[in-house]
Amino acid sequence: MTPPVLAGLAGAALVGFGLYGLILHPHPLRKLLAFNLIGSGVFLVFGIVARRGAAAGLPFDPVPQAMVITGIVVAFAASALAVALILRLAAVSGKVTLDPEAWAKTPSTRPDGGGGQ
Amino acid sequence: MTPLIATTAGGPLLVLAILLPAAGVLLSLALGGRAAEKVALGLTPLGFALAWLIAMQVAAAGAPLVYAIGGLPPPLGIALRADGISAVMLLVTAIIVAAAGFYARAKFATPDGTAESRSALTFWIMLQAIWAALNLIFVGGDLFNLYVALELLTFAAVPLVCIDGRPETLAAALRYLLFALFGSICYLLGVALLYGAYGTLDISLLSQRVQPEAIVWTAAALMTAGLLAKTALFPLHLWLPPAHANAPAAASAVLSGLVVKGSFFLALRLWFYVLPALPSAAPGAVLGALGSAAAVVGSVLALRQARLKLLVAYSTVAQIGYLFLVFPLGLGAHAWSALGWGGGLMQILAHAFAKAAMFFSAGLLAEALGHDQIAGLRGAARALPLTFLTLGLGGLSLMGLPPSGGFEAKWLMLRTSAASGQWIWSLPILAGGLLAAGYVYRILAPALAEGEIELRARPQRARELIALALAMTALVLGFAPQGFFDFIEIGRPLAAMSAP
Repeated sequence: MTPPVLAGLAGAALVGFGLYGLILHPHPLRKLLAFNLIGSGVFLVFGIVARRGAAAGLPFDPVPQAMVITGIVVAFAASALAVALILRLAAVSGKVTLDPEAWAKTPSTRPDGGGGQ
Repeated sequence: MTPLIATTAGGPLLVLAILLPAAGVLLSLALGGRAAEKVALGLTPLGFALAWLIAMQVAAAGAPLVYAIGGLPPPLGIALRADGISAVMLLVTAIIVAAAGFYARAKFATPDGTAESRSALTFWIMLQAIWAALNLIFVGGDLFNLYVALELLTFAAVPLVCIDGRPETLAAALRYLLFALFGSICYLLGVALLYGAYGTLDISLLSQRVQPEAIVWTAAALMTAGLLAKTALFPLHLWLPPAHANAPAAASAVLSGLVVKGSFFLALRLWFYVLPALPSAAPGAVLGALGSAAAVVGSVLALRQARLKLLVAYSTVAQIGYLFLVFPLGLGAHAWSALGWGGGLMQILAHAFAKAAMFFSAGLLAEALGHDQIAGLRGAARALPLTFLTLGLGGLSLMGLPPSGGFEAKWLMLRTSAASGQWIWSLPILAGGLLAAGYVYRILAPALAEGEIELRARPQRARELIALALAMTALVLGFAPQGFFDFIEIGRPLAAMSAP
């Protein structure tokens, strides 16, 4: 088994584990971690894609590496936003659940159905 | 066809279209809440003028405008392109963002003497950020660049959902974000596979290189699944109703009218512009079947809602379903493809205007009555005639009654399904229209009945007129001339072959 195939299988496994966690775990924080796992798998695939430059006589293709860096920045920003939302949700309500039923008992009485100050 | 990789006349306008709202975001952040409103509203006429200029240039040239960033043509550099549908979407976005901005002044303005609030600053900044991200999606010519635009759009849209900080809105925003992240990571994996197979992500270059082979089908499936999650197509629609129904009305209008169209636009780009070389019957049938299910299920759920804003949000789920009928009816180089393509585009525009008008009206109604329970609307039409006129006219377009943009869209789709022998797609179109008539009736019937109703406050006439103007626009779309349909064909691969 060549290293690229091994890396590709590892990437696929990471994506698979991540998908499992994202769909089955009810807690948002676990879902977020699962998303990051999928992200790692995808970035690994990008890493193998970068080897295609080797065919042209280069040591590697720099474009996928640039994409991975951008992707990591985007995934980091997304994780930060999600963690901020989870923390805020815990601070405001004392519970962290995405189940709409849990929130249905306190229907909105605010005008506009929305809010703002 | 030669690939579109060299900068053309008018190309720099595309950079301006992205930079203008992005500069507005930075300026608003630097100057603070009081100035953010003035910056955002001040930019709207400029943005509209720019979109108009781009549309005129595209029409004059009869070909897409191209700008190679940094003078580097693809595959090394990144190109921006504006074709017919880009120009139309830029215009629609400028109009609806402007309408939402002026409508939202009543809620998020910070007059002298009042303290600046965080929610107002967030609203004005995120409104401009959504505008910048959408413009980038409409003119982006590189699939990875479009991934970044898609993420920017999500990051700008999520805070609008939870702008008031109530726990249920925070939960809705978090659900929206998790669905969107799932969608974008699927899309990114597809992008990686396409780059690995062909060594470029430029749409124009890719369209000439792709072959119907396993890796392309895998990449297309991943990217499409991701975009479906972001567009909230049934059965991935669960996040949409709570998110759109809990946001402030001005934000709901932008989220429902424009933001979901951003990811749908990318699905169009993928299938019509990147993958025209693929056989289209099977993917078209799958997407059409999902769209049909969405049209029926969304409408039935809309019929069952007790709150007006939730009803309008479920109606968005149904109307998104119609959008996906463009895939079975418009894909491929058939004599009838142009007809189906026109119907799909018309549905995007008609729904954007009608739905924004309906969310604006629902917001006005909720402020005037202090609630938005449909059961409590008895007699409301006498007290708020303009608001209910807008709801009725918007509903007319959703149902697809003439004369309206919604009618034009469904009429074109019905004609295509007959011309192409795919009569099966006419069933969901007709059933959805009947169900839409049902849920619009549910709003209008109690409101028009006799009854006493107590208003908390009379809505401002200017805000009612903004909503009415959008609803009228949705109607006027029904009179779109042939020139409009010729214009949206500009730059579409296979368009020349399928011209009737």
